[in-house]
Amino acid sequence: MKKVIMGNHALSYGAMLSRAQVIAAYPITPQTQVVELLSEMCADGTLNAKFIKVESEHSAMAACLGASLAGARTFTATSAQGLALMHEMLHWAAGGRMPVVMGNINRAMAPGWSIWADQNDSLSERDTGWIQFYCASNQEVLDTVIQAYKVSEKLMIPSMIVLDAFTLSHTYEVVEIPDQSLVDQYLPPFNPPWRLTPDDPHAFGGLTSPDHYMELRYKLQKDMEKVPALVEETGKEYEKMFGRYLGQVEEYLCDDAEFIFVTSGTAGSTARVAVDELRQRGIKAGNLRIRLFRPFPFEKVRSILSRVPRVAVLDRNISYGHHGIFYQEVKSAMYGQPSQPLIFGFIAGLGGRDITRDSFREIADYALSRDRVEEEIVWIGVKK
Amino acid sequence: MSRKKEARKIIFESEKEMPPVPMSLGSMLHNRTGAWRNIKPVIDLSKCIKCGICWKFCPDASIDIVDEWPQINYDYCKGCGLCAEECPQKCITMVEEEK
Ligand code: SF4
Ligand code: SF4
Repeated sequence: MKKVIMGNHALSYGAMLSRAQVIAAYPITPQTQVVELLSEMCADGTLNAKFIKVESEHSAMAACLGASLAGARTFTATSAQGLALMHEMLHWAAGGRMPVVMGNINRAMAPGWSIWADQNDSLSERDTGWIQFYCASNQEVLDTVIQAYKVSEKLMIPSMIVLDAFTLSHTYEVVEIPDQSLVDQYLPPFNPPWRLTPDDPHAFGGLTSPDHYMELRYKLQKDMEKVPALVEETGKEYEKMFGRYLGQVEEYLCDDAEFIFVTSGTAGSTARVAVDELRQRGIKAGNLRIRLFRPFPFEKVRSILSRVPRVAVLDRNISYGHHGIFYQEVKSAMYGQPSQPLIFGFIAGLGGRDITRDSFREIADYALSRDRVEEEIVWIGVKK
Repeated sequence: MSRKKEARKIIFESEKEMPPVPMSLGSMLHNRTGAWRNIKPVIDLSKCIKCGICWKFCPDASIDIVDEWPQINYDYCKGCGLCAEECPQKCITMVEEEK
C-alpha cells in the first residue's frame, strides 16, 4: 500500500510494522508527530504496545531500557536537547546491551534556541556505542527502522535512526508501506539471550571491577565491528523481500567519478542533482552518501574513495576547535591507504540554513580549483 | 524456580567465557556487606509486635523472620538505620559498632 506521509510518520509506521511492544517518549519539536501517531495507534488498538508517558527524555530511555531488559521490543524518538538529556541513558543502553531502536530528528543544539536541522545533536552521541543510520527519504526512514531492529537484536546493540528536521521530518513523500505479514517474516519476535525475569534472577549493570570492565568494552567493540557486514546482509535480504536495498552507503555515479561529494542526510539528495549538473559541464562527479555512520563503514568508504583524486566532504555539524565530524572520519579512514585522494572539508547548513544546488556548485568550484588543502574548514554560506 | 548459584566470587580468565552484558552470575552471598557498618540496629524484642515492617523495609533483605520474630543478619546488614526509623514500636536502636 502506498501512502503520502511525513518523515516523522515514517518512523511511526516503521515502529508499528516492527511490532514495538513498549514505547516511552517525551514530545519535542520537531519529533512530536512520531509519538503522537504511535500513541493514537496504541489507543485505537492498531498497535498492541504499552505506551508509557514520562516527564523527561532521560526517563523515556530509562523506561525503554527496563522494558528491553525484560524482553520487550522498544521504541522511542527524540531530538536535540531531548537527546542530550538522554545522554547518560544512551551509555546504559549500549553498555548494558539493550537493543532499543530510537528515531532522532537532527535539530541544532541551543543556544541560540533553534528547531531547525543540523547534526550536532546526534554526532555528540557518537561515542556512546549506538549504531547510527542517517536517512535521506521517508521511505528509507521506514525501511531502516525495520532493518535496525534486525541488526540491533542480533548483536544486542541499540540503533539510532537519524533524519533532518523539517527537510525530512515534516516533508510529505510517497511511501510504500510494506505488508505486515512480510515484515513479520523478515523480523521475527525479539528473543534476547538473557532477560530480567524472576525465573532466573540476575542483577544487570551492577558494579564491575577492573577484572572485567575492559573485557565488556572489548566485546562491545568486537560486536560493533560485525555491524557493517550485517547491514549488508540484512539490506540485501530486505531488497529480496521488499525491493529496496539498504546498504552502508548510497553511491551515485561513483564508478567512474573523478570527484566525489561525501554527504549524509537530505543533503545527499541535493548532491545527486548537483552531480548531474556537474556531469552536464563535463565533470565526472559522484556522490557518496554515508548511511551507516557508527560503526564507520571503513572498507566501503576506502574502496570507493581510493579510486578518485578529489573528495569534498560536506558537514552539517562542527566539532569546535577541530573540523566537521564527517570530514575527520573520512580523513581518518583514508589515512595510511596506498592511494589517498585530496580531501577537502566544508561546513554548511548549520541551524537549518538551506543546503542548495548552489552550495554544491560553490563546493565543487573550490575543490576543483585547488591542488592542496589550504584551509582546515571551508565555510559555505557564512555572511562574512 | 530460583537457580541461585553458589556463594562465590567469579573471576573470568578469558573474555570468551564472559557474557557480553554486565550481569551478576553468582549470588551476592559472598559479598558480606556487614563489614561496611558503623552503627548497628539492635531489636528490643520485648516491645516488638511482630508487624514485619522492618523486614519489609530493609533495603538489603538483611532481616529474616524466624518463628514470627524479626532477626537481623549482621553478616549483611549495612547499618543504614531504615528499620529503626520505620519500626512503629521504636524498638530498634542504632548503637555504635565496636571494633
Ligand atoms: S540497619 Fe538497614 S540494613 Fe541493617 S537491618 Fe536495618 S534496614 Fe536492614
Ligand atoms: S518493625 Fe519493630 S515492631 Fe515491627 S517487627 Fe520489626 S522490630 Fe518488631
